[in-house]
Amino acid sequence: MNRLLSIGVALGAFVAAVPALAQAHDGHGQQDAQPAPKPAPAASGCTPEHAAMGHCKMPEPVPAPPAQSSCTPEHAKMGHCTMPEAKPEPPPAATDPDCSPEHAKMGHCTPKTSAVDDTAVGTSLPAGDAPAPRPVAANYADRVWGKNDMQPARDMLRREHGGGTFNQVMLDLAEVKIAKGHEGYKFEGSVWYGGDINRFVFKAEGEGEFGEAMEGAELTALYSRAIDPYFNLQAGIRQDVGAGPDRTHAVIGVEGLAPYWFEVSGYLYLSNKGEVTASFAGEYDQRLTQRLILQPKVEFDLSAQDMPELGIGSGLMGAEFGLRLRYEIAREFAPYVGVVHETKFGRTADYARAGGSDASSTNFVIGVRAWF
Amino acid sequence: MNSTMDRRQLLRGAGMGGGALALSSWMPAWAQTNSPGLVRDLPVVSGEDIRLKIAHQMVTIDGRQGHAIGINGTVPGPLVRLREGQKVRLHVENALDEDSSIHWHGLILPFHMDGVPGVSFPGIKPRSTFTYEFPIVQSGTYWYHSHSGLQEQMGHYGPIVIDPEGTDPIVSDREHVIVLSDYSFMHPHKIFQKLKQMGGYFNQQKLTATDGEPMSIKDRMEWGRMRMDPTDVGDVTGSTYSFLINGHGARDNWTALFRPGERVRLRFVNASAMTTFNVRIPGLKIAIVQSDGLPVRPVAVDEFQIAVAETYDAIVEPIDDRAYTLVAESVDRSGMAVATLAPRPGMAAVVPPLRKRPLATMKYLGLGGMDHGGGGAGGCTPEHAAMGHCTMPEAGADAAAAAPAPAMDHGMRDFSVAPGVKKTPTVQSISPMPVDRMGEPGQGLADVGHRVLTYRDLVAVERNPDIRAPERAMRIHLTGNMERYMWAFDGEKLSEVKAPIPFLEGERVRVTLVNDTMMGHPIHLHGHFFELVTGHGDFAPRKHTVNVQPGGTATFDFTADAVGDWAFHCHMLYHMHGGMMQVVTVRPREDAA
Repeated sequence: MNRLLSIGVALGAFVAAVPALAQAHDGHGQQDAQPAPKPAPAASGCTPEHAAMGHCKMPEPVPAPPAQSSCTPEHAKMGHCTMPEAKPEPPPAATDPDCSPEHAKMGHCTPKTSAVDDTAVGTSLPAGDAPAPRPVAANYADRVWGKNDMQPARDMLRREHGGGTFNQVMLDLAEVKIAKGHEGYKFEGSVWYGGDINRFVFKAEGEGEFGEAMEGAELTALYSRAIDPYFNLQAGIRQDVGAGPDRTHAVIGVEGLAPYWFEVSGYLYLSNKGEVTASFAGEYDQRLTQRLILQPKVEFDLSAQDMPELGIGSGLMGAEFGLRLRYEIAREFAPYVGVVHETKFGRTADYARAGGSDASSTNFVIGVRAWF
Repeated sequence: MNSTMDRRQLLRGAGMGGGALALSSWMPAWAQTNSPGLVRDLPVVSGEDIRLKIAHQMVTIDGRQGHAIGINGTVPGPLVRLREGQKVRLHVENALDEDSSIHWHGLILPFHMDGVPGVSFPGIKPRSTFTYEFPIVQSGTYWYHSHSGLQEQMGHYGPIVIDPEGTDPIVSDREHVIVLSDYSFMHPHKIFQKLKQMGGYFNQQKLTATDGEPMSIKDRMEWGRMRMDPTDVGDVTGSTYSFLINGHGARDNWTALFRPGERVRLRFVNASAMTTFNVRIPGLKIAIVQSDGLPVRPVAVDEFQIAVAETYDAIVEPIDDRAYTLVAESVDRSGMAVATLAPRPGMAAVVPPLRKRPLATMKYLGLGGMDHGGGGAGGCTPEHAAMGHCTMPEAGADAAAAAPAPAMDHGMRDFSVAPGVKKTPTVQSISPMPVDRMGEPGQGLADVGHRVLTYRDLVAVERNPDIRAPERAMRIHLTGNMERYMWAFDGEKLSEVKAPIPFLEGERVRVTLVNDTMMGHPIHLHGHFFELVTGHGDFAPRKHTVNVQPGGTATFDFTADAVGDWAFHCHMLYHMHGGMMQVVTVRPREDAA
């Protein structure tokens, strides 16, 4: 409950955080610009393989250059060392698995072999601090194949390595309510399409009693943007359809995965009549076996004002507590049984009682969850 | 677990009828059941002009028909057998309706012959032929595969064996090529879509309320708090994969023959899309003699882990006149590939059951420094030091020792410890204290009760060609998000990066790969061998692919001696497809100035 409420607070914070996030991003981009390369001492990179190909001639064995400071710009930035002033400390110690020469030089650790090893060679030598070369474009193959042939392949390379678009159709709930004389149904479904960061989301939900008009039917279209590893910021339009007066709402909200594996969401709505409402939901999948999953789910609806024509009072208007046990015949197809307790609060409950309905009810449900 | 039980029973049953299997026409003879081995005259492709045709075909895996992309009508493709010092022209016909390519994995060649569309060449258009031409300047066991889309998953791969110019220093009486791979009847695009929809889709070994795992509620809560799954060992598992040896499912009992007392050379290639294998032959010591094509001092082990795209050559010396089972168990233990070593066709040995799948520990989240115990200086990684926990050995007394519950004290997404990493949704976590894990045998192998190979066991036979100290060092973070199934280097997918990683020709650079994820990443640098920094000085083992263990680091030195643009990526196919790839450019010094 606390968690859900805090998400409402977090909602605002997330919106505010977006520009900050973008700034941090820019800052990194600048940091990454490397200084122009310093002409490094001529050294042959001619390996036997390349010499054999006739690409180069093997030089006489090159003596190892004097050891340099291992203070890379990266480490300097972390405050591990200061770059130009740092005096190179040449003793290359025998490599200790837990204490590499670089770290030993930073004073982070002392190699187990305390004796200075003058015979260190090859990979046992510490690394120097030469600057990285300047970034260039990855177009060297143009020299061989020409830009006209390479550019389409390069575009495809990027598309195929992180640039894909995907989709999912999800029928989260499709259930029949078993209640004496009031048998009803409920469904909640969504479709998303897009890449890793930007997606289009369409949602549809509705419920009702058999033989009567559908209630609480909503169609929502959202633009969704990944704002961190787990959460998406969403904004768009909701259209109410079905029984009673219909509204159109502007929607903004956040949905995602909270710590401890809770799927949570919170949305704020502003209707075309100027009314403000909100909804919060949370659910958790408790795996009993690899296929049998118990899912508690809660939903809260709030309103900032009285809306008598909709039978809604201000404040907390309603809540729903569900407990569903599903069996995943496949990941994509899981029949379930459950029990759902719905309750209305405050003036909303009064409106319901005045209209001859119960303010709360508990029912068994049977349904199926499916996606592809 | 039901499917696992079924598989086991099948494996046990397989031994009975193994010898009676018909030879499938789509299988090359070297990969046929009861193959007599490469020492015989076998249909391989060799010579200076080699023709390879990439085409759709059907395959039969354990009796079930599936769709595949094969080469010259087989999966795996034919063995390309070459000799060091020769020149080769490989005429590759693409009979698909989409672009294709062949990358010669581990071969030293001019960059424009490397076969990566968009990096080294434009790719091979549908219904056209491309001729690769380059000199063969090395020897050893390598392989080739598509670098286009997800074709590799469908069977577009095969082995390469290059014989040395003189006599082979590795003496054996006979040899067998063992190509390990994974096959799914589900189309790879669908596999990728499922992973995007649900990162843990293929994991059928998750924690449950009834699993009886010896894991406390507190630990379960801690994993939950971090939104991390300790059972997340492999992304695509035996729940959809059949694990193959030379294209054969476990039921086929592919058999490699030997005469008792012979020295048998086994050339292992892991041509899987996504599967790291743990390989053992119960009853036989396995002497590793070559790693990624290059000779290493023989090291006798009971088991070794082979990551995707690695190759190992091993010598086994079966003395007894009996059959042995070769077991290649997937790292998450959701299945295994099985073959038989036997003196005669039609024999089979006991197939050991799958072992229990490993669970990740805090070390797999880059909290490895804690495992060194209180105050151990070895645990002081640059990341940890950046937090001010252990800047100086003297001041560090309170650091490691005083931290009671590691995860409580360390944000799992602290960008200050990884200054080069972009703050994107791709970065689910950053290892706060990653440690060098090259001396460890791989996930789930620390307590198997016998000797398991580690990278630190590998020592080159020949002195390294370049023994200079690195001129500079760099750290590259391997980042990912299992929930969104996003993968990248330094938080930026290839689709997002602005520029390649630049090197100057002849430059010698130390690269430390930091794994910020819970999964091993076999990282492959094209066009170069690199020397692992594992304490062996100028006899460092040289490799083209290094598996970076979860939450750990791996360090190599390399000489940027091959001018051009080269691919650099995780060899887990769906990680690469998700963006875990970069381009490395090696420019002549005059160009870069």
